[in-house]
Amino acid sequence: MSATVSTAMQHGLQSCERCALLSRPAAGEHDGRCPRCGEELTFRKHESLQRTWAFVIGAAICYIPANILPVLTTTTAAGSDSDTILQGVILLWSPTGWPLSLIVLVASIMIPSAKIIALVYLLVTVQRGSTANNGQRVRMYRVVEFIGRWSMVDVFVDAFTAALVQLQPLMSVAPAPGLFFFAAVVVLTMLAVESFDPRLIWDSLDAKEVRHV
Amino acid sequence: MFNRPFADTSLLACPQCDLLQRLPHLAPGASARCPRCDEELWRPREDSLNRTLALSVAAVALFALANSTPMLGLNAVGRAASTTVFGGAAQLWQDGQEVVAALVLFSAVIAPALQIGFMLAIVLGAHRARPSRWVGTLLRYHPTARTWSMIEVMMLGVLVALIKIAELATVIPGIALFALGALVFVLAAMQANFDPHEVWHRIEWADTNARHTEW
Ligand SMILES: [Zn+2]
Repeated sequence: MSATVSTAMQHGLQSCERCALLSRPAAGEHDGRCPRCGEELTFRKHESLQRTWAFVIGAAICYIPANILPVLTTTTAAGSDSDTILQGVILLWSPTGWPLSLIVLVASIMIPSAKIIALVYLLVTVQRGSTANNGQRVRMYRVVEFIGRWSMVDVFVDAFTAALVQLQPLMSVAPAPGLFFFAAVVVLTMLAVESFDPRLIWDSLDAKEVRHV
Repeated sequence: MFNRPFADTSLLACPQCDLLQRLPHLAPGASARCPRCDEELWRPREDSLNRTLALSVAAVALFALANSTPMLGLNAVGRAASTTVFGGAAQLWQDGQEVVAALVLFSAVIAPALQIGFMLAIVLGAHRARPSRWVGTLLRYHPTARTWSMIEVMMLGVLVALIKIAELATVIPGIALFALGALVFVLAAMQANFDPHEVWHRIEWADTNARHTEW
């Protein structure tokens, strides 16, 4: 990368996150607003790292009960039976059902854990001022941003299963406490992605280049 | 307090890496990408407003159908049950999962309604010669509604639930399920045809003085 690259921040310009208009902050202690759309402007998202850390830690904590506690309780004449997400995946695994089982496994177990690990990696590298693999880290951020919503699949599966299987007294299905923590993991990781500012990945590189010029 | 706009509007900063660059003039179908981080900066769409309008009207119709008719029915041992999208959230609420019920209701009904409603209002508002400021306000919040609108995820969840339950009982897909399937594609097309840059260029500014003084 050539040393001539420059960012809006280096020119004292703020780029509006909502409408992309460039503007120069007016003097004053308060943050200004975008003259075109009225959005509050800052050079970088407010306390991006702290907020992202808070959401990621919250998600990591909720991830434990989300996987240990049952998410569904099935009641039949023979008694009631509670399943965790992983048990649900195993139950679905059959010669015909394995693609669905795989969908739930990927969406509910692999994606949330991969998201938490990826976000921690991004946070740590940004805080250490790393300038390596910037392109890779930006791609990682985009993948995390794109796939996050798909973790909600199991929440919908459980909601509609419980809504439909109401054949009292023969059989009924009800949501169990683990579902709350699982939904919390999805929401917290989505909020973490939203509060992370990908421009921070490039800031250490820009700082380094300025020193070399 | 408003910032002072930068006079040269062909200059733009990459939203992902803040690199300052000049946007080339593009023909519809072409796209501009950031040379540093490969983010897509702009892709002009042909006849964007009219196409988005047509697709968002179709989305309103499909959304209404999807939420007013049963989605899944079930037949087992001479008993029948059926549920709507709203019914899924209502059952969670009854079973004491109020927070999850609210999340399901929000991501499957409220956020999609906002996504479609905002888009319809934006394109209708932008069709006028001098789009007013509320169009900009809706456009500002549209990406947030889009983020939390999860029709396509719900569709996958419903299909998994359907096949899961099919082992226990006969499941009858309802009209809403087909409406939702079509809605997934219509929403994707609606988003793909929409060009926010075009609307931003036409909109009445929040700071009414800025345009006259700086330009
Ligand atoms: Zn970029």
